[in-house]
Amino acid sequence: MPQSKLSPIELERILARHAHDPTRLLQILREIQEDLGWIAPEIIDSLAEHLHLPRARIEGVIGFYSFLHTQPVGQYRLLFSDNITDRMLGNQDLLAYLCNKLWVERGQVSADGLVSVDATSCTGLCDQGPALLANGWAIPRLTRERLDQIAELVLSKLPVPQWPRELFAIDDNIRRADILLANTPQPGAALRAAMQRGDGLAALEEIKQSNLRGRGGAGFTTGLKWEACRNATAEPRYVVCNADEGEPGTFKDRVLLSSQADLLFEGMTICAYAIDARHGFLYLRGEYRYLLEPLNAVLERRRAANLLGADILGRTGFDFDIEIHVGAGAYVCGEESALIESLEGNRGIPRNRPPYPVTHGYLQKPTTVNNVETFCAAALVALNGGAWYRAIGTAKSAGTKILSVSGDCARPGIYEYPFGVTVRQVLEDCGAENTLAVQISGPSGVCIAADEFGRRIAFEDLATAGAFMVFDTSRDMFEVARNFAHFFAHESCGFCTPCRVGTAMLKATMDKIAAGHGTQYDLREIDKLNRILHQSAHCGLGHTACNPTLDTLKRFRPTYERRLKSLDFEPAFDLDGALAEARRMTGRDDAGAHLSTEGKS
Amino acid sequence: MSESFQLDGEDIPYTPGQTVLQAALSAGRYIPHLCYHPEFKPHGSCKVCTVKIASGKSQRTAASCTLPAQPGLEIESDSDEMNELRRTLVQMLFAEGNHFCPSCEKSGNCALQALGSDLGVMTAGFRHFYPDRPVDASHPDILLDFNRCILCELCVRASCEVDEKCVFALSGRGITKHLVVNAASGQLADTDIALIDKAMQVCPVGVILTKRVGFAEPIGERRYDQRPISAQALDDAPRAATGKGRCTSCEE
Repeated sequence: MPQSKLSPIELERILARHAHDPTRLLQILREIQEDLGWIAPEIIDSLAEHLHLPRARIEGVIGFYSFLHTQPVGQYRLLFSDNITDRMLGNQDLLAYLCNKLWVERGQVSADGLVSVDATSCTGLCDQGPALLANGWAIPRLTRERLDQIAELVLSKLPVPQWPRELFAIDDNIRRADILLANTPQPGAALRAAMQRGDGLAALEEIKQSNLRGRGGAGFTTGLKWEACRNATAEPRYVVCNADEGEPGTFKDRVLLSSQADLLFEGMTICAYAIDARHGFLYLRGEYRYLLEPLNAVLERRRAANLLGADILGRTGFDFDIEIHVGAGAYVCGEESALIESLEGNRGIPRNRPPYPVTHGYLQKPTTVNNVETFCAAALVALNGGAWYRAIGTAKSAGTKILSVSGDCARPGIYEYPFGVTVRQVLEDCGAENTLAVQISGPSGVCIAADEFGRRIAFEDLATAGAFMVFDTSRDMFEVARNFAHFFAHESCGFCTPCRVGTAMLKATMDKIAAGHGTQYDLREIDKLNRILHQSAHCGLGHTACNPTLDTLKRFRPTYERRLKSLDFEPAFDLDGALAEARRMTGRDDAGAHLSTEGKS
Repeated sequence: MSESFQLDGEDIPYTPGQTVLQAALSAGRYIPHLCYHPEFKPHGSCKVCTVKIASGKSQRTAASCTLPAQPGLEIESDSDEMNELRRTLVQMLFAEGNHFCPSCEKSGNCALQALGSDLGVMTAGFRHFYPDRPVDASHPDILLDFNRCILCELCVRASCEVDEKCVFALSGRGITKHLVVNAASGQLADTDIALIDKAMQVCPVGVILTKRVGFAEPIGERRYDQRPISAQALDDAPRAATGKGRCTSCEE
């Protein structure tokens, strides 16, 4: 039987760490999940009592996040990353191989309760895939040999923290470094420069001067965001770093978090200085759980150096500290208002806006939410000045952009370029050959074909959050789009009708086409779903959910059409298939036991 | 003098704090809607009340129930395009659950059915999902038929804000999102819900039903048999909020 109880002391220890604060519910649940492997009904009862929350509300939060469970999922939970790049590297075969090895069916817990094997959304290791999470800990570069080793470790019941460290070794793969990745300023240098330049207002002016725009994808001007937050009258204000890097194919924040954490925290501290905030949060995606201790160690070191805490660098009244919250498997939490809901311990549902986070963010207080890369860039702006920064890149896109390059190329990894670089240049640098298409900025971005490789990475042309997935001529772009359709259906929060139902319909239609039952009618249906989602979805997830399908339909239509039946319409319900059981029971398989549809011989 | 915006070319006055839908209904102008209830904070999830907003050269769409009324807004609502969108959204809701109107005791009192009828939804439109959602008949006086749930969250809100019981909450996500009951057993019998609760009165569809009275009111004499939902909604509009507290279990 799986363990279902924490000792009262253990539970109290977790609750005390979070001050019995119901807004810490997600963090409390995540820690219990990590200790027990699931969240047993008795635990939910205890939490309801201690936190004064309805138990159904707690159940609702658990039910929202992929990595929290109200049922036992085995002592070992092995989740294969299922981005299209993992698929291209053979993750499906490897998943089947491991299931076979462990005598377990995909998605089921083994009879002895020892292990379960399943798939999960992109874990951000596309440059060193296929990858999996073992009880939440990331393992890259899977091969049959490595899976043999993992299977043995599971069967020997050795706890995951005691597995050989080399299994968990993750590379940065920095292939091209520019201002962000090539410079490691002394901790505190940028903050000192900002404080010497003047007060918070001066720091804000410098950011405005730099023309820095948000690196999470939307590209909102950072200076204006900070200014709106600074000007909001309510107190206190908050700084939030969005490190919920969930867009499939994106992993540049992981590298910044592992190699430039000081720069990131410095950027957040400068933001606090500029907007007059005292509290900061880093929202780290659950898949990057392994970075939690190293990041906390950096925070500890910065506190010791008086770069965080009270009276920072001797400036009386400049108090600021940062706390890390860890997510639990929900892509939609990358949307800033959903992220704030998640920080507050709720289901990660994007809020109705206006009001925006800059005035009504965390706990309805003014909050600045920026991406990891944005804060790192802000630190460099403070260090070297806005004019210096603005001179890099293009007129409308100041600075550099870090790309996460994966897929069909010789050198996948991290590439930092000044804005304005062409897709062709990136393809050349990463050693891509016979390239058919590039998916820019992940499934929610855009898919381009060879005649567009002269286009540039910049807000005025190809805006991107960083993903750069390369597909060569051996790839089937329909399967790429189908993988993304499954992703959006899995990650839809379910709040609004069009996205909840529409993404499930798109997934079903793509599967119908894949199974050889698609018709022209289904292609028109996809157009219709796209229109509905654009017009009425609650947030960006829904708005962009049809993009990969439409992009590939536009550019690679033959890959769809060769799968279509010649009919104009075919019902999704397979009449003849439904009679299979009757045929089996009657032992018949002659022509009279089959249905033929009109127009079909 | 109160401020105003334009709805389909007509001036609609509003008081600050009102949303476009609230102001329109108060002014006697109907915008089709489903998850909005005049006594509760707008939720904005069904998206049936989506309207088109023109500002300068750009056009965008938004749910009117959560869109703050502002001077100078030009709203397009009663157009072929917006009504077609609404019909499709209603079809999606029908496809998502198991809505068999002829055998449903809520028929005639159901907002989803009435809305479909009023908007002219004549066909299924989509392949139906036929989800497997067992009913909860555990309570002696109340039946929960989750097959018809449209996830509007009104029962969650009413139970928390008015009844102060939080009997319901939403769990899961995406197409597996579902209503859960506040009991370790997951059964309604193990909660303190009562027939007189607000949560018993707000379900727009046929999920929360009082047992043994299903057909006390004959088919043909029911709410939307008498008047279409577009007329009924205007009668219901100018009601004050009844919620007292914060909704501990709500999403928004």
